[in-house]
This record gives sequence, structure tokens and C-alpha cells, in this order.
Amino acid sequence: MIDLQGLLSYFTHFAIMAGIYSIFCLGLNIHWGYTGLFNIGIAGFFCIGAYTSALITIPPPTGVYANYVTQVFALNLPFPFGVLGAALVCGIIAFLIGIPTLRLREDYLAIATIGIAETIRLIFHNESWIANGVRGISGIPQPLSSLVDPRNYNFIYLGIVILIMITVYILIERGIRSPWGRVLRAIREDEESASMLGKNIFAFKMQSLIFGAIVMGIGGALFAHYNKSIAPDTFTPLYGTFIIWVMLIVGGSGNSKGAILGGFVIYGLWVLPEFITRYLPVALQSRAPYIRFLIIGIVLELILRYRPRGLMGEEKHVSRLLK
Amino acid sequence: MLEIKDLRKRFGGLKAVWDCSLRVEKGSITGLIGPNGAGKTTLFNLITGFYKPDSGEIIFKGESIHGMLPHNIFKKGIFRTFQITREFNKLTVLENLMIVQHPQTGENIWNTWFLFHKVKKEEMVIRKKALEVLEFVELIDHRKEYAGALSGGQKKLLELAKSMMAEPEMVLLDEPGAGVNPTLMNKLIEKIRALSKEKGMTFFLIEHDMDLVMNLCNPVIVMSEGRKLTEGSPDYIRSHEGVLEAYLGGQYGIDPQ
Repeated sequence: MIDLQGLLSYFTHFAIMAGIYSIFCLGLNIHWGYTGLFNIGIAGFFCIGAYTSALITIPPPTGVYANYVTQVFALNLPFPFGVLGAALVCGIIAFLIGIPTLRLREDYLAIATIGIAETIRLIFHNESWIANGVRGISGIPQPLSSLVDPRNYNFIYLGIVILIMITVYILIERGIRSPWGRVLRAIREDEESASMLGKNIFAFKMQSLIFGAIVMGIGGALFAHYNKSIAPDTFTPLYGTFIIWVMLIVGGSGNSKGAILGGFVIYGLWVLPEFITRYLPVALQSRAPYIRFLIIGIVLELILRYRPRGLMGEEKHVSRLLK
Repeated sequence: MLEIKDLRKRFGGLKAVWDCSLRVEKGSITGLIGPNGAGKTTLFNLITGFYKPDSGEIIFKGESIHGMLPHNIFKKGIFRTFQITREFNKLTVLENLMIVQHPQTGENIWNTWFLFHKVKKEEMVIRKKALEVLEFVELIDHRKEYAGALSGGQKKLLELAKSMMAEPEMVLLDEPGAGVNPTLMNKLIEKIRALSKEKGMTFFLIEHDMDLVMNLCNPVIVMSEGRKLTEGSPDYIRSHEGVLEAYLGGQYGIDPQ
């Protein structure tokens, strides 16, 4: 019986994390899957979203603790303000990144985003007056936590994550399966030709970049409130960018359902070694964490070789308004 | 309708278009011929805003369109097709046409969220128009296929269909006949003529296939080394000595006797 409870709570934890990663993946799908924007700086938006929401919602430090923590501000506002703030700040950052890079070839966006993501992480790392530097922020409040026993809290949080994921999904689908999305897909196929049809390429790319970044910022906020503490080393390119790309490629670039599926499948494979470690020979147990890299690598290779469009590729008839 | 005055464009040391002046009259089907490297496609790129001219003027309907961005030039009523067709491969044939309609309420993301019914209604109207156009160019059976899956000739028809969908005042066609088989070619000529007559569209087209040019265009403008060499009816061009010379190099232009 205890085992069953343990399994259930583990599954809840898994679903929350996979759900959050799926939200990043949905954001990346707007950028890459539909518009062809090569954003390899997801970690930057992840980081900004997490820190913004944390600083907006956290109460100002009191007592002895106050001597050990420096924060640029601590607003003690409710959770929804944190999420909206994260979305807003990420949108603004995306806008600023977009101004110089979106008029250039797509590779420049890639270089800029990866550079900016690392810069953002290092700023939080070194500028300790913003958010306590390397030690990070802890004690980030959780929404509705007073309502239930802390042991059961994760069920509530899972509900929140799923709700936000579905909302984001619906907003994306509405936009993509209509003329707006058609223009984005056209830009992905041939920019010059789309501009010859009177479409303002820069404006559409900018909208896509901002929309995707907002989604990523919301994901970052959800991560911060779930983990309760965040530190700059969470937002390295491996955890913040690479794995999300693998999720999108495996799930199916250009398909929002595929993005969510990819999020769950890859996060599942990512945590799998935690289960199999105990069955391994002792000599291998210490190396178990590296097995996940092996597994993810092999899966990525297999997908690229045998299902290059991913588990669920783009649908042929995307525009839903035509039915 | 379109007037070009002393237009210049240089790529490094290459004078691609140099002091080029010409006019395209309203309602005409004007041909643009000339040897490879004469600057024909560069001229199209300059007119449509893909390149910025170094100097000179481009006047469309009495208004200078010099230096405007491509999407704004489209809004002025100029549509162009490309030498190598540039359809949106991973969009269906129908979508390739529907995207041409301009403006569309649904191209604003707020409207797709908050004015969904209006967007849907508009989409139905656009779809009906696109299907009519597809019927006209006889691509209706392919409407659900990816545009990338069409044959070369069908892609040319799709380009023409796009220009019909856009209903521009002027169409620039860059080699509409290249890679098209003779049957399809006749169809293409027939469609262009019909559009010119029925809708009063002005055509300005680059073509290497002399049968097509002599059959369809009047007047024909000859370009060589970045400027206009001569202009006239197909018969005049055919008998013009300088044209042959420009095409084949000096020695063939001189009467051997």
C-alpha cells in the first residue's frame, strides 16, 4: 500500500516536471516548428522567467536570514502576478533580441540566442545584488499551498501546470491553424517569397519570437514555484536548451501535440536511470547518471534515422478553419 | 504604367544594370529579352525592392517606388514570379493560394483569439476564390497536395494562379515558360492572354523562348549589358540587326556577304 502511494506521488512529480518541459517545448515549437527561428537560447528565457516570478512573489527577507540574502526587489505578490510578470519580461527581452537579429539570416539568431542565454545565466551568477548570486533564491512561495496538507500539495500543483499547459496549447493552436500561422509557415518555407506576397516578414517573425518567449517564461515561472529554490546553475544549456530541442525533434517539430508528447517521452527517458540504477552491477552504479546521456543520444539518433519527422510530424492540413 | 529612368545597379565591379530607361504601358503584355547576364532579372529585383538601386528612378502609376520594401511594393499592386518557382513546399496548393489574399483579418494573432468567427467567415470567402482560381488553371485536383509535390510545369501554373489570386495591376513574370512542356506552354499563353484581356492586367515578362515572346508579347524590349538596346513589335525585333549581335556576339551580326 505504501508502495502504491509512493508510486503515485512519484508519478505526480514526474508529470509536473514533464508538463513544465512540455510548455518549453510548445514555446520552441512556435519558434522552430512553425517559423523556422533557430533559437538555441531557451535557457535564457527559462532563467529570466524563473527569476522574475520568484522575485515578484517572494516576501522580503526578515530576521537573521536578511543578512545572508540580497535581492533587487521582493514584492510578495500572489502567484498569478509572478507568472504574468515572467511572461512580460521574457516578451520584452525577446523583442530586444529580435530587433538586431531578425533582419539577418537565421544563423545569426542562433548565435545571438545562445550567447544571450549564457550571458543571462552569468549575470545572475555574478551580480549577486540582483538575486543572491550563486546561492540563488529559496523559499519561493507556492500557490494555494495553505489549502492542503503539504504531502498532498503536488496534486494541486499538477492541476495548475496542466491547466496552464492546456491554455497555452489552445492559444497556440488557435493562432497557428488560422491565417496567422499560415504566414509563419510560409516564412519558414521561403522568406523572400512571403515578403513578395505583401507579408511583413520582420513583424511576423517578431511576433513569433515574442509569443514563444512568453510561453518559455511561463514555463520558467512554473519551474521556480515548483522547485521553491532556484540557482543559476539550473539554467545551463544542457538542462535548459538541449534537452528541450531533443523533446521537440523526437515529439515532432511543427505539431503542438507532438511537442507535448516529446516532452513527456524524453523526460521519462531522462529520469529512467533513477529506476534502473539499483538493478545494475555495483561497478556500474556510480556511472548510472551518464546512462541517461547514452539513452537520450541513442533515441535521438534512432528518431532522426527512422522517423525524421518525429513521433507526430506536422499535419498536412494545418488550417482548421477550412474544414 | 511603369517607368524606369536611368537606373543603375552595380555589384562590385560588375555593372549589372547601367543607365537603364524603359516604359511599360498599361494593359500591355511587354516582353523583356536579352542575352544571359544582360541584367533582366536584376531589373526585376530592383523593381520589386529586393535590391536597392544605386541611382535612378522607378515610377509606378506616377509614384516613385524607389527603395521601398518588397511587401510594400506588393501592396502598390505589383506581383512577381520567380525564374525558379518559389512555392511554399510544405503548404498545400490551396494554402499557397489562400495566403496571397491581402489583407486578412486572421493574420493578426489577437483576431484569431478574439474575432474567431469573423476570421472564419473571411477564410471561407478566400477559400472560394482560391478554388475558382485553381479551377481556372486546372490544378483543382491537386489542391490538397503539398505544393512541393507538383511537377515543374504545374508549379509554373501555380505561380500564375498566385498572380491571379493577388489581382495586381501589374505582373512581372520571370521566365514563365522555362521547363514547361509545349502543351502546358500553350495553356500558359492562353491564360496570360485571357487575364490581360478580361482583367486588364499588365504583364511584363522575361523569356528566352522566342516562340512564346513573339507569339504573346507586344512590344518587346531588348536588354543588353544592363541597358535597353531597342524596343518594338515582334516583327521589328526579329529583323533588328543589333539584337542578333547582342545575343550571338559581334561576328554573327555582320552580314557575311
